[in-house]
Amino acid sequence: MSAPSTTPRPAAAPTDDAAVASPHHDPTLSVWPRLEALLPQVTKPIQYVGGELGAVVKDWDAATVRWALMYPDAYEVGLPNQGVQILYEVLNELPDVLAERTYAVWPDLERLMREHAVPQFTVDAHRSVRRFDVFGVSFSTELGYTNLLTAIDLAGIPMLAADRTDADPVIVAGGHAAFNPEPIADFIDAAVLGDGEEAVLEITTIVREWKAEGSPGGRDELLLRLARTESVYVPRFYDVDYLPDGRIQRVVPNRPDVPFRVHKRTTMDLDAWPYPKKPLVPLAETVHERYAVEIFRGCTRGCRFCQAGMITRPVRERSITTVGQMVQQGLEFSGFHEVGLLSLSSADHSEIGDMCSGLAEQYAGTNVSLSLPSTRVDAFNIDLAQELSRNGRRTGLTFAPEGGSERIRKVINKMVSKEDLIRTVVTAYTNGWRQVKLYFMCGLPTETDADVLEIADMAHEVIRAGRAATGSKDIRCTVSIGGFVPKPHTPFQWASMERPEVIDGRLKLLKQAINSDRSLGRAIGFRYHDGEPSLIEGLLSRGDRRVGAVIHEVWRNGGRFDGWSEHFSYQRWVDAAAAVLPGFGVDLDWYTTRERDELEVLPWDHLDSGLDKDWLWQDWQDSLGEYEQDDCRWTPCFDCGVCPSMDTEIQIGPTGRKLLPLTPVTAMRVPTGAQQ
Amino acid sequence: MTRPRSTTISRKPQPEGGQAPVVQRVRIRYAKRGPLRFTSHRDFARAFERALRRAAVPVAFSQGFTPHPKISYASAAPTGVASEAEYLEVGLQAVVDPEQLRVALDAALSPGLDVLDVVVATGGSLAERIEASYWRIELPGVEHAVAQRAVSAFVAADEVQVERMTKQGRRTFDARGAVTRIDVLPPVQTPSGAAEPSCAILELVVRQVTPSVRPDDVLSGLRVVAALEPPVSPRVIRLAQGVLTAQGAIVDPLDADRDGAAIGER
Repeated sequence: MSAPSTTPRPAAAPTDDAAVASPHHDPTLSVWPRLEALLPQVTKPIQYVGGELGAVVKDWDAATVRWALMYPDAYEVGLPNQGVQILYEVLNELPDVLAERTYAVWPDLERLMREHAVPQFTVDAHRSVRRFDVFGVSFSTELGYTNLLTAIDLAGIPMLAADRTDADPVIVAGGHAAFNPEPIADFIDAAVLGDGEEAVLEITTIVREWKAEGSPGGRDELLLRLARTESVYVPRFYDVDYLPDGRIQRVVPNRPDVPFRVHKRTTMDLDAWPYPKKPLVPLAETVHERYAVEIFRGCTRGCRFCQAGMITRPVRERSITTVGQMVQQGLEFSGFHEVGLLSLSSADHSEIGDMCSGLAEQYAGTNVSLSLPSTRVDAFNIDLAQELSRNGRRTGLTFAPEGGSERIRKVINKMVSKEDLIRTVVTAYTNGWRQVKLYFMCGLPTETDADVLEIADMAHEVIRAGRAATGSKDIRCTVSIGGFVPKPHTPFQWASMERPEVIDGRLKLLKQAINSDRSLGRAIGFRYHDGEPSLIEGLLSRGDRRVGAVIHEVWRNGGRFDGWSEHFSYQRWVDAAAAVLPGFGVDLDWYTTRERDELEVLPWDHLDSGLDKDWLWQDWQDSLGEYEQDDCRWTPCFDCGVCPSMDTEIQIGPTGRKLLPLTPVTAMRVPTGAQQ
Repeated sequence: MTRPRSTTISRKPQPEGGQAPVVQRVRIRYAKRGPLRFTSHRDFARAFERALRRAAVPVAFSQGFTPHPKISYASAAPTGVASEAEYLEVGLQAVVDPEQLRVALDAALSPGLDVLDVVVATGGSLAERIEASYWRIELPGVEHAVAQRAVSAFVAADEVQVERMTKQGRRTFDARGAVTRIDVLPPVQTPSGAAEPSCAILELVVRQVTPSVRPDDVLSGLRVVAALEPPVSPRVIRLAQGVLTAQGAIVDPLDADRDGAAIGER
């Protein structure tokens, strides 16, 4: 495909085509008639059609504040995203607010949209994204940045925030990647750190009032009002100065009444926010087809590589009774037959035992299956899995020791011993599981070949012990390896990354080591990622504003869907970095394989995740000293800084309550909710 | 992109209890309309299973560790083709009232996937009653006369070889033999007499054969015999499918169940 140009832009004007296919497509703003004609020519057209159960289409003119929400990946990945679903529902519950969704379109449709001047559209009412007041984009991963650029361009919105006018929506980034939005600072108008439920309501209030006053001062005034909340970051109100060697000298506000630091949002009472109540149920096939309920938010296990665990503190549990009620209503509404109890480490919920046995009891004999996706390595976990598989359906078991050697596990603060792991996996085998998955990372700080090769020993011992315990050769394990990427607001934010060729070399040695014993090797599956995508993710994770030019260049050269191996091109990123970065006196290595020192100003230092930078540095030093840190839920506070600085505290049970007995619905019923 | 995948691993012993037996079979006619015509058959099947759960329909399940609901589908319309006449059969573990079931299922499915008719199966095979389909093809931008010439050439031919990519690769087969009737509808006169954009409309009856001949195969045939190239994507709808009578009419396959097993079975 040739390089897309930012001009001419697709017409964003409303169409007056009368051939509207269905009454819910508002004829004044809908691009549906023009889109419909293109759909027979693209793959999986259903993903662009909308009409999901749980979808909401409101009257455009009756709404005061209008949000377009985007998950910048393909529909099949974006639709199940919890964050977008929650915000969509929270916003649409307000009578004068309208929220619609948009996803990244595949290159086949992008080409046709450019050819036929069809703008980026929402799937709900097929309205042009440019017509909305706010365009919110949720980034779970930095690899969605090029898809943001495609959406902005297809929408007919000027690519650079500085070129936008009052006719353009305010583009707000959220999600975990928004904790360092500097690489996309040129393209977004604002970023929100942390939990979105209350943040979107506050932004809505500000937009509503500003519009009611007749939009005084235009876009600039609106952004200023957002910035004054001290929890919305508006990059244009901050200047970045650089030292001659390329490092950042300082980041300071360039106007009065803008805060020096922007703070993250924390939603404290999850029982007060029991969303999603009406989960979106797609017609198209998506990556997760289940009713997912977050059983708690935050994690203090303290794994040093884990950005999610660091930036979502403190731990806030949802009570067992709320979870029970959400599951019942969510299943009844959606017709899903799988329930996922989500969190960063689900077995750590203070009432997980009662929750699992209670739900298993409630849904016994209904063909509903329950799963606990993120669990820790111990036998308790197997008891829970046993409980959940009472219906006959059993999900796979995954354990994540993360590091191959005892030493590296101390470095990353993953407190699991080899004996624990083997005992746990053998328990799984003797309880009837034929296969388990073991997850590790490669490229961790201080890692050597020997650390990685110990993964092979561990896998061999797992199989050997499993065969001895079960007397059967019919057991397997899969070793799955992910690449380590140092992330902002973690103790590893200062770490150097390993070069891709070193990573690939280690993975090759590991594969040989696994297969060095043919009998054991046959029972071990091996899955891994190449080192190259991780390096680029590292560039985007810890990049500063200068990296924006690299993203722009990659996108101009056709970069799309960088999270997909079939679309990702390492060479395209390397070439773009080489073309752009020397102009700033830096290069790709400078951002990735360079270790930072204690005093360096990091691009995200003015963005407050609550974590004390001194504590992070101390934890980084402890890591290098292979010193482990306990979990503050069960041991004294270790002063990471979050609770005092954010005025929050750990919220955990046990509440002592049990699941409410729910009357199982057996009679046939006429469900509601499918109407639009 | 590698995505997390959950695997279901069955233990060797079978689950205790087992599933309740089928006590009633119902046959359902449904429509795929408007934007939801882009639903693929797999998409529909997932949505239908969820609708059964939402409506708490007492569907029967197969035995084993991964029990599946007892549903069988009769020849589904291709993705992107609308239909007023899709059929399936469901096995139930309790007796239900067919009209109550129709209302409940229709409410449980998205608008555009509409449940039109439910009858209790009285025997025979649904699949065997699907002998032919009645299709309408709208060709925006194609003049009536142009379409008429192409159709005449197609009808005059004994055989029209067309190509289609299938899962087995490129296949060449005859698209003419299975077409028992094909007409171009007379052009619509607008009351105002204003010039409407031209849009030829074809109606055709195609027998169920192997490999199946679909509306796009007939369009390929029109291209082969008369170089007919629609400027934009045609809109296709299945109006009926069922038993083909000697007179060339199509009989709803559910009629036989409605009238009793003896009637209509051949």
